[in-house]
Amino acid sequence: MYAQLVDTGLKQVLTAADMSADEQAFQARIDDGIRIEAKDWMPEAYRKTLIRQISQHAHSEIVGQLPEGNWVTRAPTLKRKSILLAKIQDEAGHGLYLYSAAETLGVSRDELLAALHSGKAKYSSIFNYPTLSWADMGAIGWLVDGSAIINQIPLCRCSYGPYARAMIRVCKEESFHARQGYDIMLALARGTPAQKAMAQDALNRWWWPSLMMFGPSDAESVNSAQSAQWRIKLFSNDELRQRMVDQTVPQAEYLGLTVPDPDLRWNADTGHYEFGAIDWAEFHNVLKGNGPCNRERLQTRVKAWDDGEWFRDALVAHADKHRAAA
Amino acid sequence: MSKEWPLWEIFIRSQHGLAHKHVGSLHAPDAAMAVNNARDVYTRRNEGVSIWVVRAADIVASSPADKGALFEPSNSKVYRHPTFFPMPEEVKNL
Amino acid sequence: MDHKVNYLLRLGDNALILSQQLSQWCGKGPALEEDMALTNVALDLLGQTRLWYEYASELEGAGRDEDALAYLRDAHDFKNCLLLEQPNGNYADTLVRQFYFDTWHYFLIDGLTRSSDARIAAIAEKSLKEVTYHLRRSGDLIVRLGDGTELSHARTQAAVDALWMYSGEVFAYDAVDEAMVAAGVAPDAAELRAQWLAHVAEILAEATLTMPPADAWMQKGGKQGRHSEHLGYILAEMQFLQRAYPGAVW
Repeated sequence: MYAQLVDTGLKQVLTAADMSADEQAFQARIDDGIRIEAKDWMPEAYRKTLIRQISQHAHSEIVGQLPEGNWVTRAPTLKRKSILLAKIQDEAGHGLYLYSAAETLGVSRDELLAALHSGKAKYSSIFNYPTLSWADMGAIGWLVDGSAIINQIPLCRCSYGPYARAMIRVCKEESFHARQGYDIMLALARGTPAQKAMAQDALNRWWWPSLMMFGPSDAESVNSAQSAQWRIKLFSNDELRQRMVDQTVPQAEYLGLTVPDPDLRWNADTGHYEFGAIDWAEFHNVLKGNGPCNRERLQTRVKAWDDGEWFRDALVAHADKHRAAA
Repeated sequence: MSKEWPLWEIFIRSQHGLAHKHVGSLHAPDAAMAVNNARDVYTRRNEGVSIWVVRAADIVASSPADKGALFEPSNSKVYRHPTFFPMPEEVKNL
Repeated sequence: MDHKVNYLLRLGDNALILSQQLSQWCGKGPALEEDMALTNVALDLLGQTRLWYEYASELEGAGRDEDALAYLRDAHDFKNCLLLEQPNGNYADTLVRQFYFDTWHYFLIDGLTRSSDARIAAIAEKSLKEVTYHLRRSGDLIVRLGDGTELSHARTQAAVDALWMYSGEVFAYDAVDEAMVAAGVAPDAAELRAQWLAHVAEILAEATLTMPPADAWMQKGGKQGRHSEHLGYILAEMQFLQRAYPGAVW
């Protein structure tokens, strides 16, 4: 989902004829499954695309702390509070690994943050939705982290070394996130009628935005095709979304909850679930800044950054003073 | 003078590990904070680790173009690698 | 209430309320690394809370588990010190509050490792590594901010001055504390206070900050359930779900 709508800057997929000798050698390495590392020669378009993709992913992790941070002070038990705090901390860590990976491509973290704060850089659409009940903590872990895992596991094999290694690290931690979300849903589904209703309501609100996370169908997308050739996008948006639906529907059934899609049905011939039409107008609007929480999310991040400037500057001043004295 | 916190590369040797491994990077105003931050970022799930921090700007790397001259000789000395000597199945621990 | 149970709740409540306050910074810290570090402290404290509450619950034997203790007591039954319910404010306020607490907490926990109560000694032993690190961290940041820029110096000095009057409560022993000292369970106030003053003086000096007078008037009452207006709001937010859905399992 971080690879969705990433502009490669190209109008058509490069064929061997379009490529210079360097580009051909580069493509050959990718085709052979050899990882590209930070100091290797790479086409400018590959570098730029990766910077956009990795930083979008990093921004998503950081902004993603906010919808869950909204409930950490209201977690209903000490155990749930501990687990949620650990999860949010993991997300900060993931953001950090990803910014590190992006920085290997010759851009600084401060530059990337400036792009986020100015509204130029994108982050995953899903974090622009509000968390309205404790059940949302379950739904997010289950559906959103669940979807993220489906996207991230293939990226562990992507062509760019630092990104692939960051993904391996992230994936190790992510499965705990999905399970803790589902565990919350299980407790609610087995609880009082009010809790069960809370769980159903959360599923109703988070289902469609989760499917949208994977991005629109990219069968026709030049950017997706080029990214696939560069092995920084390994499956199509539709394939990943289908995987998510197939995996998740039985999980919802086990909870005794209803997926809010009247068109959802199992197709025995294809071995997949068919599902209803997604409202892509909503998705594009959310990406454009018209989602329920875009303004608040960005304002919160900008405020944290601005309010923290004196702190960061103070630490630099102290370090400078003492290095000079040493 | 730039106000941005410099970038540090972090190397961790786990409790039972033999060597420090590169685990990623982070930003910190100086080495002491880099070590503290590395503890919080890269060792959350483990205890008893050894942390090295190096300013990213201080790292000198071999150039990928040198690969041939710097590394070729080892590749042709295949007998240096354990897999070159197939052992009989019955022999364990070798 | 049994003195020891009371004492354990004081320890647990301190850690809980402070952890709750720190959690509000999640995702809003001044730098990513700092965000993670502060959350680590919050997590450590929450872990300690649960150890203290578990023991208190067993000793009390009234069937109140850790969640009943955290979520079903009203403010007047909470026994945390006033310092910890003071608002997060700007980051300097948060860090000075942390430093004042960490210094006491370190010397206290170190003392508790020698408690005549084996369980308390064990909990303290487990917590000691964490609180040692917390103190190292907060002290280090006070030095950096005090001896940083003019702005950071001013903000940190302001916090040092404003929070000073809450720093003495931990040393104002009442009958409960004295009973623990008499039983060899807890360290003596005078000793703790001397250690605290020495360490704080050292750090503030290195930070080029001015230490307020040691004999200043100190606020108190938190341990006895007489809190500031802040605690009610902290608890209302923290306890909402358990109060709104009584008896539900989460």
